[in-house]
Amino acid sequence: MLILGILAIPLATTLLAAGVSWRPWIGWATAVSSTAVLGLGIWLCVTTLSGSQWALNHSLRADSLSAFMVVVIATVSLLATLFTPRTMRQEMESGITTARYARHYVILMQVFITCMLLAVLTANLGVLWVSIEATTIATTFLVSHRRTDGAFEASWKYVILCSIGIALAFLGTVLIYYAELHATGSVHSSSLDWTSVMAVAHHLDPNVTRLAFALLVVGYGTKVGLVPMHSWLPDAHSQAPAPVSALMSGVLLTVAFYGLLRFRAVAVAALGPTFPRTLLVVVGIASLVLATVMLIAQRDLKRMLAYSSIEHMGLLALGAAAGTPLAIAAVLLHILGHGITKAVLFLSAGEIYYLEGTTEMAKFSGLLARRPALAGIFGFALVSLVAFPPFSLFVSELTMARAEVDAGLWWAVAISLVCLSVIFAALTRHGRQMLMGTASTTDAAPSTLAPSMAIPLVTALVACAALGVLSWPLQSLLAHAAQVVMP
Amino acid sequence: MNSTYIAALELAAGAVLVSAVMTLWRRSVRSIVSMLSLQGMALSVVAIVLALHEHEGALFVTGCLVFVVKGLVVPGLLRRVSRLDPRSRESRPLVNVPASLVFAAVLIVLSYVVSSRITGLSPSDATHLVPVGIATVLVGYFMLVTRRRAVSKIVGLILVDNGIALVTFLLTSGVPLIVELGSSLDVLLVVVVLQFLMVSMRHHSDTDRLTEMKGLRD
Repeated sequence: MLILGILAIPLATTLLAAGVSWRPWIGWATAVSSTAVLGLGIWLCVTTLSGSQWALNHSLRADSLSAFMVVVIATVSLLATLFTPRTMRQEMESGITTARYARHYVILMQVFITCMLLAVLTANLGVLWVSIEATTIATTFLVSHRRTDGAFEASWKYVILCSIGIALAFLGTVLIYYAELHATGSVHSSSLDWTSVMAVAHHLDPNVTRLAFALLVVGYGTKVGLVPMHSWLPDAHSQAPAPVSALMSGVLLTVAFYGLLRFRAVAVAALGPTFPRTLLVVVGIASLVLATVMLIAQRDLKRMLAYSSIEHMGLLALGAAAGTPLAIAAVLLHILGHGITKAVLFLSAGEIYYLEGTTEMAKFSGLLARRPALAGIFGFALVSLVAFPPFSLFVSELTMARAEVDAGLWWAVAISLVCLSVIFAALTRHGRQMLMGTASTTDAAPSTLAPSMAIPLVTALVACAALGVLSWPLQSLLAHAAQVVMP
Repeated sequence: MNSTYIAALELAAGAVLVSAVMTLWRRSVRSIVSMLSLQGMALSVVAIVLALHEHEGALFVTGCLVFVVKGLVVPGLLRRVSRLDPRSRESRPLVNVPASLVFAAVLIVLSYVVSSRITGLSPSDATHLVPVGIATVLVGYFMLVTRRRAVSKIVGLILVDNGIALVTFLLTSGVPLIVELGSSLDVLLVVVVLQFLMVSMRHHSDTDRLTEMKGLRD
């Protein structure tokens, strides 16, 4: 079974990492594992293109939406795991990590990746909740990995806020189950299976479903990083080691968003489009505005990237609010483009932190003159982040805006365009100061970048640009995947 | 038979809420943890009474699981934390105890108001008690936002979770067993993680300063 294979690979790697003490080759083994998952994920996409599904009796199922999410998770985890040996070596050199904690790190990373894969491959909405909550547990120790005051505080805040937030999502899931039982009249082995819920979605009690969806938006919204439960995000992302931040920002947020996409389909079928749309527009706009305000005067590099994640999650919420097949396809493309771009940014930010010893942007201005390769990669990734063509975020943002106008949300588009222009100006100003400002130190010889670091990052950026120019490999996949969550 | 069932169900569900309010009233961590243990046991009684009444094997298993996890293991873990902490009293809550109790009363009334829409769908002896579960959830959130100590925050989290479990039992006779197993495991792990973080922080620096979450900001 293909699905079992996808879950078994990272699980086997977890056991391998648990069985032996830390060696750099284990880091490379995790990268091989991510590559294998990526290969199987692409195969899964190809086989689900005909509209067929892989299913294992109501427990696991892969339709083209799940298959697409597997590819996103595998791509970003490949980037993150490629940097594991490097990050561990740097941290051991500077005495932050010992072999013992490096072993914990590798184990937890693999558990984290397995939980995300399970979340998108499970058929059961309850198991979806269980696996998303399990990612919180796995990532806590990754956030506190550096064992500084800030890291402990960030991980404490992360567990408390995410657990109380996602508890609401559990209550919402229970209410959906209650409505489902009432609609079908009895308990089946397929209860809480998403397809069974969708089959009776038109008969779900509107009062219960409305309350349930509101709880789910706030609950999963906590994990997505949507306002009002976003405040763990900048702390956790800024304190975690770079590959962990890349995974959290690049895919963890969007895996939780994937849960919302499934529940949105249920809610639209039960309630009609108005209520889900209103709710998603409100949280989307609020997240976008908050991110804009926080980005203007941001001084810390990693916090800037974290707030930009909140911005992009807000854009996704607006896209999902429009809810047309075109909008959802654009949302999915945005998930992939944002995942890759954010991973590149966080990984190069990690390298900047290692070299410069700080993430305060004012302290390493003029980076381009001193470290041209690293600064160049960072600069291009920043260009991609502000959705400049040819990168794929440009295409997805434009398509989302068009779909939102078609859906009658032109005022939301107007607000988001104002926010995006301000963010564009803010990020360009921060980026220019950081890359081209007058250097604070007079470090004569420009340093080069190791190929093991440059090659994956440049490849990722090229892939991101290629996605923006050629829609060929993805177009029909995205259309199929969007059709899955059409009520 | 039926009246015994209703009486047992009401008594057990009532005990869940009363123990939640008691955690607001008591200040020493030791007695708060005893209240949590009582609450976990009352919760398992709710599940077992429902299981016997509806002849549901899976729910009976869930009830036993709840007894072990929420009645014994989780309070046991917290007791270990409080033993590590010499100053195990909630010394400076943001809202004082009498005012907290008044708030709790308001929250209970509120939960009856919001629950009417849910329980109207299928009125039964069990669903009539749903407001008790919602009230426990709200008391848990209140505890989380008004108590400063790290242990109190964990207690608040457990109250929220127990309240949701009570709602689940009363509304749907529990979620499918696999989901129940998974979510119990998650809750247990969250408590372990939080406990572990508290211990690591204590070795490292001042726990309370960190868990007040005021160091990191923009």
